Amino acid sequence: MTDAPTPSLAAAKQEPGGVLGFYGVWLLAAIALVVLPLIFSSGGSLTSFCLIGIAIIFALSYNILLGQTGLLSFGHAVQYGLGGFLAVHVMNAGANHNWPIPLPVIPLVGGIGGMAFALLVGWVMTKRAGTVFAMISLGIGELVASSSLILRSVFGGESGITTDRTSLMPMFGWTFGPQIQVYYLIAFWVLVSAIAMYALTRTPLGRICNAVRDNPERVEFIGYDPHVVRYLAYMFAGFFAGIAGGLTAINFEIANSAYLGATQSGLVLFSAFIGGTAYFFGPILGAILVTYLQLGLTSVTSVWQLYFGVIFIGIVMFAPGGIAGILMKHRPLIRAGTLGTVIPSYLVAVIPTLAFALGIILTIETVARFSGGDVINLLGIPFVATAPTTWAAAAVLVVGGFLVARITWRRVAEAWDRAATVARDRGYLA
Amino acid sequence: MTAAIQVNAVEKSFGNVQIIRDLNLSVAKGERHAIIGPNGAGKSTTFNLISGHIKPTSGEIRLNGEVTSGLRPFEINRRGLSRSFQVTNVFARMTVWENVRCAVLWATGHRYAFWKNVDSLPEVKQRTAQILDDIHLSHRRDVPAGLLTYAEQRELEIGITIAGGASVIMLDEPTAGMSHAETERAVALIRRLTEGRTLVIVEHDMSVVFGLADRISVLVYGHIIASGTPEEIRGNPKVKEAYLGEEVD
Repeated sequence: MTDAPTPSLAAAKQEPGGVLGFYGVWLLAAIALVVLPLIFSSGGSLTSFCLIGIAIIFALSYNILLGQTGLLSFGHAVQYGLGGFLAVHVMNAGANHNWPIPLPVIPLVGGIGGMAFALLVGWVMTKRAGTVFAMISLGIGELVASSSLILRSVFGGESGITTDRTSLMPMFGWTFGPQIQVYYLIAFWVLVSAIAMYALTRTPLGRICNAVRDNPERVEFIGYDPHVVRYLAYMFAGFFAGIAGGLTAINFEIANSAYLGATQSGLVLFSAFIGGTAYFFGPILGAILVTYLQLGLTSVTSVWQLYFGVIFIGIVMFAPGGIAGILMKHRPLIRAGTLGTVIPSYLVAVIPTLAFALGIILTIETVARFSGGDVINLLGIPFVATAPTTWAAAAVLVVGGFLVARITWRRVAEAWDRAATVARDRGYLA
Repeated sequence: MTAAIQVNAVEKSFGNVQIIRDLNLSVAKGERHAIIGPNGAGKSTTFNLISGHIKPTSGEIRLNGEVTSGLRPFEINRRGLSRSFQVTNVFARMTVWENVRCAVLWATGHRYAFWKNVDSLPEVKQRTAQILDDIHLSHRRDVPAGLLTYAEQRELEIGITIAGGASVIMLDEPTAGMSHAETERAVALIRRLTEGRTLVIVEHDMSVVFGLADRISVLVYGHIIASGTPEEIRGNPKVKEAYLGEEVD
């Protein structure tokens, strides 16, 4: 289920199996979504699953822009947030006037909200790609986010606008009060949206989006207006972002200005990039990881954003293809059967790399908690932030870990090159 | 009969610098027309003007009788003119197959469709396969265009240009940088693929020009100083003086 070229001749020959595998993937995803809350049934994991589901739709919608069409947006949360606000308003109006709108269609209202805004501002925004588009998206993002604090009747000021998801018409006896019912509502929309967004990449428009990403100039000479292509992509991205926003509104029963802001826009960029924008499934991985990190890190450290920054820099510098890029690099090795030759070098590299990472964590936490003189619990070992022994331990781990790790990384690269050469010789292109 | 391309008194200036001066050019339908001239004469600029990449400062350009000066490149392309580029200009991250298929989509009427599966359009599939066969790249169909060899990229460039089925094909130095054997192969390819269409070609290799062209125009300092059959151009003293020298004898 990749949108990127399948660079192997072997891939072309496997087409019938590919189709079977294609439906199989979605079927497996559907089954996983159904049974997940049955296996992990605690309230906490249910809440996490809901957030992850929404993050997946949001990140995939972002990748329609970044990965598919080559548009770097710094304001994607605008469509997401406006979708959320429209959903809340329609829910409240529906409850007040007893409109026969069941809750499951509310995300669609959010989608329409996101798309309508894209329709409105998109034509001007998508006239140019690159830096111009990025700057305008940033400006529009700030404009809408700050307007939301001023236009109180629409956005409810700082407190936002609340709603009650159980007040709408029940469907099949479901009131959507219990979180498990909301989970299944989100799961349904995750599946539908993901399939729809994948299908979009397989249409003439989806293919031309890729062409515009690669070479907008040339697109003009094969009959297409790249401006129209970008505009359409922007509207689709707005639509699915709006669905994610609508689901958030249902999940939290509130919409506020934070939904629209730069932090939210940054987070979705972060998810898509960490996951890998070159492959359709990349942003899904990114959304899962980033949401888990966000939930997990906030409970153990006060400087969780700092870790996000470190991870982001690490990915940009060492794995610009993201997690999906790292995984897909292994595909020719798996096909050629040479993966086994690199695994030992990975295992050797794990220990010093972990030591290096622990050293960095210890350093960050020492600096963060120094003035409080707090105790840092790392792997069950208590470190006192003000104690010189802690500083020494951090320094040893960082420097020693790095020096040893660097050797093992070189080994990984060598083993990798050998395996890749063999794979290439066997006809599997990297 | 209306000309395929008619350029009337076109001028193009960048700031104070006049690149194209009183350019007049007529290319008949079905003709193979070569534009030659020394470096910096404005050959590529002429291509850019006719294909809509840049707009003329003054004058008029007609494609099959219809005024196209002032139109955007995609509008001109939809009216039946397709061009290649001197510097390879393909979709680098997409496969060879996808490159050609993208060039087929508009012409087969699928436009911006987002409700059709691109893999299940038999006409598109068939036409793409035909083009790949024509440019001898079928065996490389799943390779990203950016990973092709230089000569292969040049062939793909021609494939993308002809894929839409345009009636007027413009090739900007299609054999630039190719070896002798590769050039011969490319010329045979161009001759075969532009059969029955109008061809305008910019080329430095005189053996290619005189072997391929029905008519030749000589561009010097943004102005066409002579236009005629290869024999007429060979015998034209003005051309000899300005550009060709001993080369054509």
